Amino acid sequence: MNIRKLIAASACAMTIVAAQTPPPANPQNGRGARGGGRGPNFPQQTRPLAAPEVLARGKALYGVHCSACHGGDLRGGDQGGPNLLRSMLALGDQHGELIGPVILGSRQDKGMPAFNLLATDTTALAEYIHSVLALVGRQGSPPGGEGGANLKILVGNAEAGKAFFDGKCASCHSISGDLKGIATKFPEPRTLQNTWVSGGAGRGRGGRGGGEDPSAKPTTVTVTLGDGRKVEGRLVRIDDFDVSLIQSNGVRQTIAREGDAPKVEVHDPNAAHKALVPTLSDKDMHDVTAYLATNK
Amino acid sequence: MTPMKKVLLSISSLSLFLQGQAQNGLDPVDILKPLSDQWTTYSGDYSGKRYSALAQINQTTVKNLGLAWVTRVTAGTGPSGSAPGGGGGRGGGASAPIIVGGLGTGDLNTGGARFSGSILQVNGILYLSSPDNAWAVDARDGTILWHFYWKTRGGTHTGNRGLGMWHNNLYLETHDDMLVCLDATTGREKWHKEIASFDQQYFSSMAPIVVGNHVLVGTGNDLDAPGFLQSFDPETGDRQWIHYTVPMNAGDPGVDTWASLDAARHGGAQVWIPGSYDPETHLYIFGTGNPTPAYTTGRGEGDNLYTCALVAVNVDTGKMAWYYQTSPHDTHDWDSTETPILVDAPFHGAMRKLVLTATRNGYFFTLDRVSGEHLVTGKFGLVNNWASGLDSQGRPKRDPGKDATVPGSLVNGDVTNYPPPAYSPDTGFFYVPENNSLRISYLIDDDPRGSMGLGGTMGGGGLSFGSALIALDYKTGKVAWRHMLSGGSSGLLTTAGKLLFGGDGSGNVVAYDPASGKPIWHSRIGSVGNAPETYMLDGHQYLLAVGDDQLFAFVLH
Ligand code: HEC
Ligand code: HEC
Repeated sequence: MNIRKLIAASACAMTIVAAQTPPPANPQNGRGARGGGRGPNFPQQTRPLAAPEVLARGKALYGVHCSACHGGDLRGGDQGGPNLLRSMLALGDQHGELIGPVILGSRQDKGMPAFNLLATDTTALAEYIHSVLALVGRQGSPPGGEGGANLKILVGNAEAGKAFFDGKCASCHSISGDLKGIATKFPEPRTLQNTWVSGGAGRGRGGRGGGEDPSAKPTTVTVTLGDGRKVEGRLVRIDDFDVSLIQSNGVRQTIAREGDAPKVEVHDPNAAHKALVPTLSDKDMHDVTAYLATNK
Repeated sequence: MTPMKKVLLSISSLSLFLQGQAQNGLDPVDILKPLSDQWTTYSGDYSGKRYSALAQINQTTVKNLGLAWVTRVTAGTGPSGSAPGGGGGRGGGASAPIIVGGLGTGDLNTGGARFSGSILQVNGILYLSSPDNAWAVDARDGTILWHFYWKTRGGTHTGNRGLGMWHNNLYLETHDDMLVCLDATTGREKWHKEIASFDQQYFSSMAPIVVGNHVLVGTGNDLDAPGFLQSFDPETGDRQWIHYTVPMNAGDPGVDTWASLDAARHGGAQVWIPGSYDPETHLYIFGTGNPTPAYTTGRGEGDNLYTCALVAVNVDTGKMAWYYQTSPHDTHDWDSTETPILVDAPFHGAMRKLVLTATRNGYFFTLDRVSGEHLVTGKFGLVNNWASGLDSQGRPKRDPGKDATVPGSLVNGDVTNYPPPAYSPDTGFFYVPENNSLRISYLIDDDPRGSMGLGGTMGGGGLSFGSALIALDYKTGKVAWRHMLSGGSSGLLTTAGKLLFGGDGSGNVVAYDPASGKPIWHSRIGSVGNAPETYMLDGHQYLLAVGDDQLFAFVLH
């Protein structure tokens, strides 16, 4: 990924960074993803689909002859047929010239049976396979990628979570006070967990990207100048050479830094969670989430 | 004069001028020289050290380092900024000619120039690239001499890592899988060859590495395809050999580290960042990418050779001499493609030929580069929690509890990435950017067949613990110093002037003291691309750095 993205990613530190992250993309599962870097625009996604009646014929044939071995979703099946959505042969095929001979029996020695089908049928099967390949998402994720909605996230023990909360969280939070109804505010368990672990501030959304909530508590900074005067405000930027802040009267100020002078104290509202989270076990995390989830 | 005539005139006068300039191009034997006046290959020389012998800019003089020129570089067919001063067009510089190639319709190339690769400097001319684009720029004054633009057919547009050069030929990889050979004088295309199947969803972005009469080329793919390194003839573009980085046939060594041959053949291990080359042994040593599917089951419980490994191949034959796996059975999409560094240095009282690498999983390795013998493993990263110690071969032992799980596992993010590390023989330190973060890794596809590509997972709840520039001791693997940064570091450069240059993630290019990490000089130029570079012309040492889409050249005043 490029440096700009590297910075963005490390700033919010939540993106799962892909092998070679392409530029920002619209989450795109459907086809027709045209435009450089906007989701997959390999030939499988950009080529025209066959006519609907051809695809319907291919789909019906696939269901009858192929799905038992290659899976209803083409991702491989119990009876040994490989995943066709990552098949080098299927990807290289245009209109059945590579897939057709395999259907007709060229791989019988490897367990792929011969089918006595007409050329129009093998073509229809190939076109149908291409229509499903077209749905492969960004970075090779399988069609229908935004799945997982039915998976059970809440596996923790709410009672153990309460005990942990009383010991480790209650000094700053109260379940009947500031966190009252937290599970109503964040009904989706992943979002609830992401939110409390990261300390909120919009960091809970998950998925790729996702910035901080503009309503989040800002990081502030106090600079003690050589003459003892203190300049305070919202931190805009800090590096080894400058610190920029916006004072309460709205005035932006940049102060040069040289080593430890002037004294700069950064107040990160999220410091408490940054101290706590590295000590959390996954079990503690799941238990606390289960407990917070009861707090509707 | 009509604009068209003006352009034509400037093309012809320009090429006359250029013919006088770059007569012989780059003799491949010049790449064997340690990094000094020129920058002849991705890492500046074959060692990967990014240590320049130039010392005019040094700890004493660096305070006088100031801007020589700045040039904005525009991708696509938009106006080419040829005039110095940010491409504002002042000073009446003629536009550089745009040479158009490619098999696409031209409607897919979008976005500005992105510089995440290296820039060559040969005979006073800089050669640089961005996805689908290449340029020649006068290294003395920043004038753009020509601009080659490739109309892409598509493909995953990651960063382009730079150009390779052989005599007067330049080589560019494109994201629709062509190796394009350009005439370095004119920017005109000599030929292009398909180096991987675009239908099979490969995308190509590595900087080609020229070794003798070999052009080494790697590719990328996210859809469960086998990785490979290839060698091409520099003149004809004919393939000399292909080396697959996963087992491709029944009985191949390593096939038993996969669930099946089918799994191995879809196992990834892409080669997308250049390696380093040892002229004595003829070994090209490079890192391989993650296995696929990246985050889920579907590859068996074995090591998944030769993914996430350091691999040494004989450059004449493409045959593997040794390998060492730096992340067996990776489950986090952490490629080990980072450029390794070759050093001859003392180790336990004897001089050894070493190879050093710091990989994305937050581990550092010192090996013997002739035999591949493991010598040292070190760990870096402030919150690096994905592994539970080392195995008998010094390899990190993955903690399966830290894989993506349905209820979520709290695990560190990648600790470093492709931006190149550097090594200084003056300090004996290996320098690398370090990222420190934790996030919750969720499995969102629990299909027992496994997912595909980088699918099946989702991250959330991220917390950043800051980025840093760190120095590692190759003898112990321990962090010698850590300089915290407010943003993420770029790649690095060290010099005999006892300086370490890098971006600080806050828009500054910075010179640090390589002994301590103390910043000595800086200039705020924007987001610093791949890594700063240096070269010498007419007795002046230049520092070259990318800031966003601009090139900044500094000299001493
Ligand atoms: C009895 C199980 C079975 C059935 C039914 C079956 N296949 Fe296969 N198929 C296989 C096996 C096993 C292979 C792997 C052959 C090999 O290793 O070369 C295969 C391979 C293939 C390939 C080549 C994949 C590649 O990447 O090399 C295609 C395409 C294919 N089948 C399509 C079909 C179609 C279309 C149908 C229905 C008309 C079908 N198959 C029915 C078992 C089956
Ligand atoms: C030392 C004080 C401290 C401790 C201990 C602490 N927190 Fe927090 N927490 C905070 C602060 C401060 C914020 C606001 C952070 C911000 O705005 O960036 C916060 C934010 C949150 C939020 C987000 C609230 C919202 O509506 O967005 C949740 C939920 C939360 N904490 C849960 C917990 C849990 C659960 C624990 C114990 C495991 C815990 N915290 C421990 C100080 C603490």
